[in-house]
Amino acid sequence: MTFQEIKQLLILEFGEEIESEEKGLQPYLIVPVGKISEICQFLFEDKRLYFDYLACITAIDNGPGIATMELIYNMTSIPYGLDLMIKTIFPRNTPDQPLPSVATVSHIWKTADWHEREAFDLMGIHFENHPDLRRILLPEDWEGHPLRRDYHAQEKYHGINVRYGND
Amino acid sequence: MSERIKTGDGGIILTNAEDLMNWARLSSLWPMGFGLACCAIEMMATYASHYDLERFGIMPRPSPRQSDVMIVAGTVTFKMADRIRRLYEQMPEPRYVISMGSCSNCGGPYWEHGYHVVKGVNRIIPVDIYVPGCPPRPEALIGGFMKLQEKIRGEHPLAPELFLEMEKGIPA
Repeated sequence: MTFQEIKQLLILEFGEEIESEEKGLQPYLIVPVGKISEICQFLFEDKRLYFDYLACITAIDNGPGIATMELIYNMTSIPYGLDLMIKTIFPRNTPDQPLPSVATVSHIWKTADWHEREAFDLMGIHFENHPDLRRILLPEDWEGHPLRRDYHAQEKYHGINVRYGND
Repeated sequence: MSERIKTGDGGIILTNAEDLMNWARLSSLWPMGFGLACCAIEMMATYASHYDLERFGIMPRPSPRQSDVMIVAGTVTFKMADRIRRLYEQMPEPRYVISMGSCSNCGGPYWEHGYHVVKGVNRIIPVDIYVPGCPPRPEALIGGFMKLQEKIRGEHPLAPELFLEMEKGIPA
C-alpha cells in the first residue's frame, strides 16, 4: 500500500481534516490533535495496515513566537513492510496556563509509555489517560521542562548552584 | 652491598609509627567500585591487566563502608549528586576523593548548556586530587593515585592537634 492509499483510507474513516506534506524525504500526514488516539487505534487494528510497531515519538517546540508544539509518531507495519509518519500540531501553553494535553497512545503500543514520559519530562506535554506520567530522566522535583525554547535553568537544586562559575 | 645474599633473617627496619602507618595506608588504597560515565571505562581499563592497579594495592571494594577513596569517574548529574553525597558520607574516615575527568572536575563539555550537570563534584563533596582529561588515560589516573599517595605520606594521623599547631608556629 502506498502513502496515498493510506491517506485515502484515513480520509474515508476520519474525514477531510487529514492533510499531508509530501515535499520532504519522507511524506507525512498531519492529523488533528483531538483524534490522535482514534487514528492510531485504526492504524494499529485495520487489517489492511496493521501498524504493530511504534518506532518513535518525537516532540517539537516551535517556541513562544509561533506558539505551537508538535508530536511526530513514526510507525512500522511489520507484516506489510510499511512505514508511516504522522504529525499533530497543537497550541503551546503560556507560563500561566496548564500544559498542552494530548491523548495517550500507550494503551495501543506499550512502548509509547516511556516515550510519552520523556516528552512530558523534557518538553512539558501532558498525556491524557497515561497510566504513569512521571518524569523519566530528570529528578522528580526538578523545575520546568528543559528542551522548551524559553527554558531557563533554576538557580539552585538541593542547595547546589546549577550554573557554572557562580560559587 | 649488591653482593650480599639476602636470607631474610636478622633484618631490622627502623621507622616511626606514623611513617609505618602512612606507608600501610597508602599501600592499600581501596577505591569504591563505582563509575558514572565514559571515564569509568578508562578507570576499568586501569584496574585491568594492562595497567594493573592491584600492583599498588588498589582494588575496588563493593561497599562504601570498606572504601578509603572514591573515584568520581564521570559526569555528575543533579539526580546523581544526592546519591554521591550519601555514598561519600557512608565511607569511614580517613576518606579521600579523586575527581576523574573534566565533567567531574568542572562540568566539562556541559559547563554552559548542561542544565543537568553539577559543574564540578567539589560543589557537593571535598576533593583531594583532580585528574584532568576527557577522559584521562589510565596513566593519568595512576598519576592521580601517586599524588594521593604523596599526600598521605605527608599526613600526621597520630599526632595530637595541639602538637601540630605548635609545630606550625616554629620556623623551620
